[in-house]
Amino acid sequence: MIMPLHKDKVHLPVKPEIDSSNFESPDALSECRIKISVKNLNFHYVKNQALFNNDIEIAEQRVTAIIGPSGCGKSTHIRVYNRIYELYRDHTATGEIMLDGENILSPSTNLIELRRKVGMIFQKPTPFPLSVFENVAYGLRLHYKPSRSELTERVEAALKAAALWDEVKDKLNAPGYDLSGGQQQRLCIARAIAVEPEVLLMDEPTSAIDPVATSKIEELMLELKKKYTIVIVTHNMQQAARISDFTAFFYEGSIVEFGTTKNIFTNPANRQTEDYITGRFG
Amino acid sequence: MKMRSQAARRRSDLLLKIISGASALVGVFFLGWILAVVLSKGFRAFNWDFFTKLPTPPGIEGGGLANAIIGTILITLLATVMGVTLGIFSGVYLSEYGKESSYASLVRFMSNVLMGMPSIIIGVFVYALFVVPAGHFSGYAGAIALAIIMLPVIARTTEDMLNLVPNQLKESALALGAPRWKVTLGVVFRAAKTGLLTGTLLAVARVSGETAPLLFTALNSPYWMKSLNEPIANLTVTIFNYAMSPYEDWQSMAWGASLLIMAGVLVLTIVARMIFREDKR
Repeated sequence: MIMPLHKDKVHLPVKPEIDSSNFESPDALSECRIKISVKNLNFHYVKNQALFNNDIEIAEQRVTAIIGPSGCGKSTHIRVYNRIYELYRDHTATGEIMLDGENILSPSTNLIELRRKVGMIFQKPTPFPLSVFENVAYGLRLHYKPSRSELTERVEAALKAAALWDEVKDKLNAPGYDLSGGQQQRLCIARAIAVEPEVLLMDEPTSAIDPVATSKIEELMLELKKKYTIVIVTHNMQQAARISDFTAFFYEGSIVEFGTTKNIFTNPANRQTEDYITGRFG
Repeated sequence: MKMRSQAARRRSDLLLKIISGASALVGVFFLGWILAVVLSKGFRAFNWDFFTKLPTPPGIEGGGLANAIIGTILITLLATVMGVTLGIFSGVYLSEYGKESSYASLVRFMSNVLMGMPSIIIGVFVYALFVVPAGHFSGYAGAIALAIIMLPVIARTTEDMLNLVPNQLKESALALGAPRWKVTLGVVFRAAKTGLLTGTLLAVARVSGETAPLLFTALNSPYWMKSLNEPIANLTVTIFNYAMSPYEDWQSMAWGASLLIMAGVLVLTIVARMIFREDKR
């Protein structure tokens, strides 16, 4: 167990104890605790509507995959969960996103605290122009005032959790850029989980890296879901089938079908979902 | 349809090659000429006294431009501190906050206008604004004039360099819960640092050869400076005065000063390029 850091800046959240012994895919959403509940989410880029009345529930400690053809709003959807879209002018989201019962779209939401709880991994690896160690320490330094030994400990733990420690333990002071693409992406995962988030958003995390690195990251996700709630946007249908418990199929900004991955892939209720999964379009 | 003649095509291709090649040669030729003359005549003026002594009246042996060298360095340094600070902050505003807002567009437009402004106008402007009310020429006024010239160059380079930083990098830092200013200072600046440094060095190189704005502000002085709040000797105005004088030893000093400035600009440019290349490796 890792020692908690000095809680000068924010309090480490007390995680609700959940039985994490069974990680077989659930047969229904009702078997899971709901971490995020989205109701009637609409999104506009200036005047173009990109999301239409999205309703979805994200199960805690499960992987929820979001699939659909390019430009259907998958990324847009998860970019609302941490309100990162607000970086751009004239992007607006309306509706309700309850994270543990609190509406994160409310203007009073503390964005810094929200983003500590909801981490994000992007399509391309984005190491900061810092050393491997400092990349992982970045978030820790933002939210806490760690002592040197706490920092070393937490960085090591995060790199181990991201299955990267063995590869980088001898080059912690090398620039993050010097790692391979797959290593860089795991570095970004380490950086994200170092601050102990509750939810991990992954926006096509393996589309820019090779198959070997991809399988490493997929294995890692199965490990990570024991602790975190994961939402992954993917273009890769096999990937969704391999790693997710629930799948949502998006089409033109609407959620066409949402259910357990088993059901969506073996017995889709909707014709469009079936056509997409079987590769007839998309 | 009739085919175009291959021979005619080849002829026009050759003609264009010759014209463009010759034009390039003219440019290089004059540059080479200037460099050669400044080098040979300037080098003759160099000796220990040149770098350590005050100027002497015409006809008296010895003497140097030590005060002007110090003056130029100090004025340029002060101008850089002011110009770079303001310029980088303006660039940050344009790239990170203002973006497409009408105020940012106005700032961008005005910067472009200011960049094309003849430097003598900036000199006269600072003369009217600072020198006249103060009642005397001063190094401060000179530094302000040079800073105004640097300001738009640095602001626009900063904006361009910050815009080159991928949005995903900014998003990653924001997504970790970093406040906007920490993202800009800690991540974006670091990612763009070589570009910013290069831009700054090139802006310094650009103003270090300015004469007109200093003529109206810092003026010149044959003495050691006591403070920047008085007329300050500097290399460019010294070149202007000495080169126009009928005295041969003064003219030689002017060549020396020219070589010094040229060498300074050359060193800055080379350093800027080396930094940039180092980053691209």
